[in-house]
Amino acid sequence: MRLLAAMSGGVDSAVAAALAVDAGHDVTGVHLALSPDRQTLRSGARGCCSVEDAHDARRVADELGIPFYVWDLADRFREDVVDDFVAEYEAGRTPNPCLRCNEKIKFTAVLDRARALGFDAVVTGHHARLADGELRRSVDAGKDQSYVLGVLTPEQLAAAVFPLGGMTKDRVREIAAERGFAVATKADSHDICFIPDGDTRGFLAKKLGSRPGPLVDAATGATVGEHDGTYGFTVGQRRGLGISVGDQQPRYVLGIEPVTRTVTIGTADLAGVDEITTAGPTWTAGAPALPFRAQVQLRAHGRPVGCEVAAGADGGLVVRLDEVQRGVAAGQSAVLYEPDAERGDHVVGQAAIRTAARQRTPDRAATAAD
Amino acid sequence: MTYLDHAATTPVLPEVLAAMTEQLGRVGNASSLHASGRAARRAAEQARERLAEALGARPSEVLFTGGGTESDNLAVKGLFWARRQADPRRRRIVVSPAEHHAVLDSVEWLATHEGAEVTWLRVEPSGRVTPQALAEALGDGSDVAVASVMWANNEIGTVSDIAELAATAHDVGVPLHTDAVQAVGQVLVDFGASGVDALTMTGHKLGGPMGAGVLLLRREAECTPLLHGGGQERDVRSGTLDVAAIVGLGVATVSAVHGRVERAAELRRLRDRLVAGVVEQVPDVRLNGAPLDDVVRSGPGRLPGNAHLSFPGAEGDALLMLLDARGIECSTGSACSAGVARPSHVLTAVGADPDRARSSLRFSLGHTSTDADVDALLAVVAPVVERARRAGMGRR
Ligand SMILES: Cc1ncc(COP(=O)(O)O)c(C=O)c1O
Repeated sequence: MRLLAAMSGGVDSAVAAALAVDAGHDVTGVHLALSPDRQTLRSGARGCCSVEDAHDARRVADELGIPFYVWDLADRFREDVVDDFVAEYEAGRTPNPCLRCNEKIKFTAVLDRARALGFDAVVTGHHARLADGELRRSVDAGKDQSYVLGVLTPEQLAAAVFPLGGMTKDRVREIAAERGFAVATKADSHDICFIPDGDTRGFLAKKLGSRPGPLVDAATGATVGEHDGTYGFTVGQRRGLGISVGDQQPRYVLGIEPVTRTVTIGTADLAGVDEITTAGPTWTAGAPALPFRAQVQLRAHGRPVGCEVAAGADGGLVVRLDEVQRGVAAGQSAVLYEPDAERGDHVVGQAAIRTAARQRTPDRAATAAD
Repeated sequence: MTYLDHAATTPVLPEVLAAMTEQLGRVGNASSLHASGRAARRAAEQARERLAEALGARPSEVLFTGGGTESDNLAVKGLFWARRQADPRRRRIVVSPAEHHAVLDSVEWLATHEGAEVTWLRVEPSGRVTPQALAEALGDGSDVAVASVMWANNEIGTVSDIAELAATAHDVGVPLHTDAVQAVGQVLVDFGASGVDALTMTGHKLGGPMGAGVLLLRREAECTPLLHGGGQERDVRSGTLDVAAIVGLGVATVSAVHGRVERAAELRRLRDRLVAGVVEQVPDVRLNGAPLDDVVRSGPGRLPGNAHLSFPGAEGDALLMLLDARGIECSTGSACSAGVARPSHVLTAVGADPDRARSSLRFSLGHTSTDADVDALLAVVAPVVERARRAGMGRR
């Protein structure tokens, strides 16, 4: 096959490209330039698209003896990922930009262009298994990235190759070291790549300015404080609320109302939810018959819980959780899995969370940890 | 492999390889007084004399440097500092916006760090700088430290009338530097006859080694050094002479200059075939820069080995990659350090819109180019352009 390897400059995509070459494919490397001003990321060492990262990717491509190019997707990335990220926070939701980037950039903009240029598929260093069109969790549970790939459609998955899903991250580093790649010991990137200093609140404050509003206690309805902008909060958040309440019990963000800029907070017993409604879903294979039983993961690195998935309003879903969950934020994806201990949990599809509420178990205390 | 990127670098000539290999096997610092040092010095000085003769300069006007970039930096910064030192009112630099980055970024550095003021020259749509434009920009010249206009442009190949420009600058007492990196070996370059005060050239564009260049500097021109040390090269460029590279550079320059007339004719024939062939298959292709048969001062107004073409609706990046995959090597002209294609500053300077700038490719021919190279390109260009048009990157 003619494969286009997306090479971020990190160890995973380097090894993925190397394995694709080993497998006998005709591989070309591309580094995606996503930041409009590449120099600004120079000092923010862990951004995924700095000048050094482009250099690291090029070094690996040269060692593999494959052609290498930099594709400038800064405009698309700003429109589809960064602007969306800001707009979602502005609307009181909590987006997942990595998922959005996979959906719109890597497996739309890049894939479309790759196809037009005569490539059969895009290979990336994501930790997820993909065989026979079935997307599954990585064997390395700690590094599994199936959550941020859950949005891919059958057409996109048919043109994706994930060579790393069957191995652990340690094994990936070993392979890189065996091959003498300088990136073998390069630190993982944890942050949102376009916020290399990790200060999401500061980034949003710069974009959205100060938009003060009240902090309201859910139990009493009283205003207990002021905030500079709802974008500084995520449902389920406990730290950094900037208030102290007499009873010493921890308070959690329960809800964000962007129009009145009200952030509602309350104690743990009020923070749990057991029923979620979503926007329209995407499915990794054909749409399954509703309702069905599944496991749902409600945020990156979240713990999956059993659920029943049924049809909801406006083409969305209703997801009824077996256990009460805390910190379920609108805007995050509910990724649905079919458990399979042997071959890896199978990703069925996903849908963006619209609302989350306590419906069926009013008196049980929240059981899930943050 | 079809190599159509000779303006980036061109294969080393066999006679250069032989001369350098022989020299590399010898010991000797050209500054030493003993027999080995004398032998090294003799080799370097012979190279200096031959190179000077080939370019119409005196041997004492030849300063060996580490390449074109260093020569440009030395000329722009060195002349600026020396002229401002002599008269603090001279803070202005007059320069064309289509220069190589070695000149542009030196000028911008002086503006940021040394209080220089920059006057950008008007450039014709062909890429040429006219004496009128230079005269207007210089004014009475009293506040100008230095002017710089390249002999031939590295992207679109346009040649300017450097002798006329030097006379214009001298009319108001301003020294002129010219970057002749692309011109030497393709058009007639006579330093003395041109009247310029400083001229940059480099070895690897004419079959010599990389990292070896020259600044030709008039004896009376004051130039503040960038590198201080052992006082080599008239005290303007310290550092132990790289004798093997200098020998190679000398041989390459003499070969390129002596073989120029025949080679230029052959390059022109191949280049015209290439352009005609592409036009036939991609009728809406557009030539950037001066017309193929343009004339300046009875010589070519466009480098004979240069073809710079825009393919409307296709990205230069995509074209480059598709050609590379078919074994054809060319260039999009300009890339930033991270490898991201930006619309070329040269095309922007000649008034091309960003889409035209982004859709262009440079094919440059050199001493190893043959009809087979042109045939190879013509065999694939139509489907490649068609595919690149379908791929239209990142646009919606
Ligand atoms: C016009 C021009 N000036 C300067 C240079 C830089 O020369 P060098 O590569 O020897 O530093 C080049 C080559 O890239 C050039 O084309």
